[in-house]
Amino acid sequence: MKKTTKISSEKILTISTVAIILLLWFIVTSTGAFSETIIPSPKNVLKSLSDVLSTGYKGNTLLAHLGTSLKRLIIAYSLVIVTAVPLGLLSGYNSKVRAVIEPIVEFYRPLPPLAYYTILVLWMGIDDSSKLALLYLAGFAPVYINCVSGVLRIKSDYINGAYTLGANKRQIFFYVIFPAALTDIFTGLRTALGVEYTTLVAAEMVAATKGIGWLVLDASKYLRSDTVFMGVIIMGLTGILLDKIIRIIEDCVVHWKGKN
Amino acid sequence: MAKLNYNDNFYEPSDELIAVNDLNFKGEEPIVEGEELISIENVDLEYTGKTGDIKALENINFNIFPGEFVCVLGPSGCGKSTLLKILAGFIQPTSGSVKLDGEEIKGTDWHRGVVFQNPPLYEWFSVRDNVAFGPKMRGIPKEKYIPLTDEYLAKVGLSEFSDKKIYELSGGMKQRVSIARALINDPEILLMDEPFGALDALTRENVQDLTRKIWWDTGKTIFFITHDVEEALLLASRIIVLSKHPGRVIEDIKVNFSRQIVEDCAEDIKFTPEFYKYREKLLKLINNQPQR
Repeated sequence: MKKTTKISSEKILTISTVAIILLLWFIVTSTGAFSETIIPSPKNVLKSLSDVLSTGYKGNTLLAHLGTSLKRLIIAYSLVIVTAVPLGLLSGYNSKVRAVIEPIVEFYRPLPPLAYYTILVLWMGIDDSSKLALLYLAGFAPVYINCVSGVLRIKSDYINGAYTLGANKRQIFFYVIFPAALTDIFTGLRTALGVEYTTLVAAEMVAATKGIGWLVLDASKYLRSDTVFMGVIIMGLTGILLDKIIRIIEDCVVHWKGKN
Repeated sequence: MAKLNYNDNFYEPSDELIAVNDLNFKGEEPIVEGEELISIENVDLEYTGKTGDIKALENINFNIFPGEFVCVLGPSGCGKSTLLKILAGFIQPTSGSVKLDGEEIKGTDWHRGVVFQNPPLYEWFSVRDNVAFGPKMRGIPKEKYIPLTDEYLAKVGLSEFSDKKIYELSGGMKQRVSIARALINDPEILLMDEPFGALDALTRENVQDLTRKIWWDTGKTIFFITHDVEEALLLASRIIVLSKHPGRVIEDIKVNFSRQIVEDCAEDIKFTPEFYKYREKLLKLINNQPQR
C-alpha cells in the first residue's frame, strides 16, 4: 500500500535502455554507413513527422489516419466486450453452451487473420465492415477463452459457499462468478487489444485509403523509410498507451488482484 | 531372548489401552431422547477411483440433537469431510438417508451454514458486504439486514473492521468473517470443516473461545470436523470418532469440558488429569487402528 516517490531501479533501467537504443540509432545513422532507405536518421523521421502533421499524408492529416484506425479498433473492441465476455462466462458456467461455441473458436483461433480475411471481403465487401469483422474475430477468441478458463478456475467452495448462504443460480452468476473471473477477463481483454492492434495493419492492407496501418504500407511502396519509421513508432506508442489505459481500468476494478 | 523382551515391551501399551478403556473412561452415552435435528441412517458413500470403487463411509448411523456441539474426530482420509459435505448437500450418499427435521436433505440451502477450512470470502466485497451476503441474496429488506450485519460483526468482534477489504485481514479474522457470514442466516445447524486447521496456535485458541461462546450464547447446533483431539475436547459436547478407510463410527461419547470452561471459567481444564485421560484414550483410538 505504500507509495515510493523514488524512481525504482527497474524504471531507470527501462529509461536507459530506450535512451541507449535512441543513441545507437543516432550514432549509426550519423556515420553514414547505411543509406537513408535502410535506416533513416532520427532527424529525417522527425521531419517526416512534422511534414505529415502540418500537411498530412495523401489528403488526410496524421490525426485523421490515426483516428480512422482507432475508430475501427474501438468499434470492434466494444463488440468483443459486449459479446465475448458474456458468452465466455456463460460457456464456463454451462457446459452445453460451451459445447456449442468452443469448437468454433478453437477452429478459427489458430488461423492467420489474412487467411480468412479474403473470405470476409468476399462476403462483406471491401469497405469498413469486413475490416471490423476481422478485428472482431481476432479479439473475440482471446477474451472468450480467458473468460471460460476464468470461470472454470473458480474454486467450488466459492460457489458451494454461496449456495449455503442462500444465493440462487442467477445471483451466483452475477455476484460470484463474474467478479471472480474479472482478473481473467482483463487478461483476455489485454491480449485481445494486442491481437486486434496487430491485425489492424493486415486489415488496412486491402482497399483502404486511410488509417495508420495503410499509411505505413503506402509509404513503403515509395521507399519512404522515414515515414515508415515514423508510422511504426507512432503505432508502437499508441499500443503502449492503449494497454496502459486498460491496466489503469483493471487496477480500479480488480483492486484485490494479487493481494492474497 | 533380548528380542523377545523387546517385543513384550512393545505390546504393553496396548494392554494399558484396555485398562484405560475399562476403568477410567466413563464417557456418558449420548442423549437419545428428544426430537433429533438431524438423523443419519445407514449412510454409505462410495466413489470411483483409479483402482475401482473406494468406500469412503460405511454404515454411518447417528442423530444430532438440537444444541449439541458435535465434534467428529478421525485420522486424515477417514471421510470426515465427506460426511460434512453430505450434510451440507454438496454430495449425495451412495445409500442411506440424511434428514433435517424429518425431511430428506436434497441439495444445498441456507438452513445448513458452512464454515470452510479456507474461508471462500469474496474479495470483491468489503467485510460488511461479505457478512450481509446471505440476507441480501435471500431478499431480506435493507433496513432489516443492515442492523443484523452490525450485530453479527459485533458478535465476532469485527465491528471496527467492517469497511476493510478482505485482503487486509489476518487468517483468524477471515475465519471470523466466515463464521459471522454463516450465522447471520440463523441456520438450523452450523457445519464447520476443520475451520482452524490453518491457523497458528494463539489465533486458534482465540477463535476456539469465540466459537464456544457463540455456541453457548446462541444455543446453535454445531457439527465440527477436526483431527485435533485437544480441540475436540475443548469445544465439543459430544465426540464422534471415525475409523480410517472406510470411515465408520468407532466411538460416540459425551464430554463436558467445554461446558465447564464456560460455566466454571475453568480455563486450565486441559491440564487436569481427567482431560489427560480422555485425550489419551482418544489418541489411542485414533492411532491404534488396524492398518488395512
